[in-house]
Amino acid sequence: MKALRNFLDKIKPQFEKGGKYEKFHSTFDAFETFLFVPDKVTHTGSHIRDALDMKRTMSMVIIALIPTLLFGIWNTGYQYFLSQGMTQVGFWEIVWTGLLKVLPIVIVSYVTGLSIEFAFAQARGHEVNEGFLVSGMLIPLIMPVNIPLWMVAVATAFAVILGKEAFGGTGMNVFNPALLARAFIFFAYPGDITGDKVWVAGLTHGEAVDGFSGATPLAHAASYHTELIPPLHDLFLGFIPGSIGETSKLAILIGAALLIITGIGSWKIMVSALTGGITMSLIFNLVGANPYMQISPLTQIMMGSFLFGIVYMATDPVSAAQTEKGKYIYGFLIGLFSLMIRVFNPAYPEGTMLAILLMNTFAPLIDHYVVEANIKRRMKRSAKLTNA
Amino acid sequence: MKEPLFSAKNLKLLTGPLNLNNPITVQVLGICSALAVTVQLKPAIVMALSVTVVTGFSNLIISSIRNTIPPRIRIIVQLVVIASLVIIVDQLLKAYVYDVSKKLSVFVGLIITNCIVMGRLEAFAMAEKPWRSFLDGVGNGAGYGLILIAVGFFRELLGSGKLLGLQIIPHFLYEMGYKDNGLMILPPMALITIGIIIWIQRSANRELIDKS
Repeated sequence: MKALRNFLDKIKPQFEKGGKYEKFHSTFDAFETFLFVPDKVTHTGSHIRDALDMKRTMSMVIIALIPTLLFGIWNTGYQYFLSQGMTQVGFWEIVWTGLLKVLPIVIVSYVTGLSIEFAFAQARGHEVNEGFLVSGMLIPLIMPVNIPLWMVAVATAFAVILGKEAFGGTGMNVFNPALLARAFIFFAYPGDITGDKVWVAGLTHGEAVDGFSGATPLAHAASYHTELIPPLHDLFLGFIPGSIGETSKLAILIGAALLIITGIGSWKIMVSALTGGITMSLIFNLVGANPYMQISPLTQIMMGSFLFGIVYMATDPVSAAQTEKGKYIYGFLIGLFSLMIRVFNPAYPEGTMLAILLMNTFAPLIDHYVVEANIKRRMKRSAKLTNA
Repeated sequence: MKEPLFSAKNLKLLTGPLNLNNPITVQVLGICSALAVTVQLKPAIVMALSVTVVTGFSNLIISSIRNTIPPRIRIIVQLVVIASLVIIVDQLLKAYVYDVSKKLSVFVGLIITNCIVMGRLEAFAMAEKPWRSFLDGVGNGAGYGLILIAVGFFRELLGSGKLLGLQIIPHFLYEMGYKDNGLMILPPMALITIGIIIWIQRSANRELIDKS
C-alpha cells in the first residue's frame, strides 16, 4: 500500500496543470481516488460533506449484488450439469464451470463500458464517474448465459453512449443504462435473449438429456403449462433456468436487506412495486380468463426477474422518481405494468424490463405533479392564514 | 448590373441547407417521412429525389406567380401547386420504378404535407425571385435527401447487411456468429440515428448549439 502511495505521489506532478501528461489527468484521478480516499478539501466557505460519497454508494450496491452473482455462477454450472444428466458433480466443479461461463461476460461488460467512460471523461475534461461500476455488474446479471460476447459489448456501448453520455454522463441519464443494454439486445437480437435454449449454458449448440427443458418458469406460464412451473421453494432458492443473476430470490432478498439497511436503495420503491405486482396478480386471479391469470400472486412475484428488477433497477437513484410521494406512485406502477405486460403479451415474456424503462420516462412527470400538488396545498394554507 | 446565375450568394442558397441550415437536423422538419422510408437505401434515394424535385419546382412556380396570388388564399394556391407536382412525381414513380413506388406507398402522397415544402414556400418563395427560390428549394430538398440517404445507408447496412439490395457484409462473418441488428429495421432506430447525426453535426459546428 505504502509503495503504491509513493508511486502515485511520484508521478502525480506530471498529471497536474503544466505537467507532461496533463491531458490524462482525469484518468489519473480516477485511479488515484479508486485506490485511496481523496484528500481534496474545499478552499472557499464551509461545506458539509457526507461520508457516503458516490464511490461508496456504488461500492455498496456492488456488495449487495455479490450474493446474486455468486449464486448465478453456481446455478449456471448446476443447470449445465443438469442438462447433461450429470447429477453427481462436486460443488467446486460446478462453480468452476459456472465461473468460466459468467466471468467473460462480466469482463466484456466492464472493459467496454469503462473504456467508453474514460474516453468521454478524457475528451470532455471531466473526472471519471463511478456510475458504470454498478451498471457494469448489472449488465451480466441480466443476460442469458449463452449470450455472444460481442453482443454484450455492442449493447454496453449503446447503453453507455446513447443512454448516458448523450445526456451528459452519470447522474443525467433518463433510463437505467443496464436495462437499456438489455432492451437493446432484446429488440436487436431477439433470438439470443428469448426462447428455451439460451438460459442454460451450452444448450444453443449442444443436446440436453431427455426430459430436460431449458424453459424458464415464465415460458411455461406463457404457454399455459402452469403445471410445469417448478415448486415455490425452487423458485425461491433459484434452482431454475433464467438470466444469470435473477434466479435466486433468497440472494436478492439479502441484497435488498443490505440496500435498505444502508439507506442506499429506497424501500418505498421496493415495497410499492411489490404491492403493485401483487395487486395486479390479484386482479388477474379475479378475472381468471386463462391459466396464466390464475397463477397465485406469490408464484407470480417469484417468477422471472420481477424481484431483481424492483430491488436493483427500479431503485436506481438517478432514473427513479425523486420525491418521496412520487416514489410510491413510481414503484406501484412498475409492479402493475410488469405483471400486465407479462400476462397480456406473450411476445414479451418478461415485462419488468419494459415496465421499469417505461416508468423511467414518466419519473420526472410524476415528480413534477407531486411538487406542484405540494405548492398548491401550501398556497391554500397560507391563503387561509392571511384571510383569517 | 445583372448577377451571375451561380454567384456566391446564390450558391449559398444551395449549400446552406446541406449543413448549417439542414431542414432535418437543424430546422427539424420532415422527420416523419425520414423515419418511415429509410429502412432501405433505395427508397430513401428515390424519396430524396422526389422531394428535391417537388421543393425545387414548387418554389419556382410559386415564386413566379407570387405577385398575383391574393394573400388571403395563398395557402390554397400553394397546396394546389404542390399537390399537382406530387401527383406528377407519383405517376412517374409508378411508371418507371414500380417496386420502389409500392414500398414508399403512401409517403409519396404525403410529400404534400411535408413541412419542408410548405415551409420553404412561405418563408422563401413568397418573397424572393424565381431563380433564387428554385435554388433554395433544390438546396433544401438535397439537405433533406442527404440525411435520408445517410440514415438509409446505416439502417440497411446494419439492419439487413445489404446496400441497395446487394449483400455487403460477407458470409463468413455470419458463420462466425455475426447477426443483423433487428432494432435497425424498427422506426425508433431511425430516430436514434438522426439523433446521432445531430449530435455529431453540433459537435463539429459549435455555432449550432443553443445558447442557454
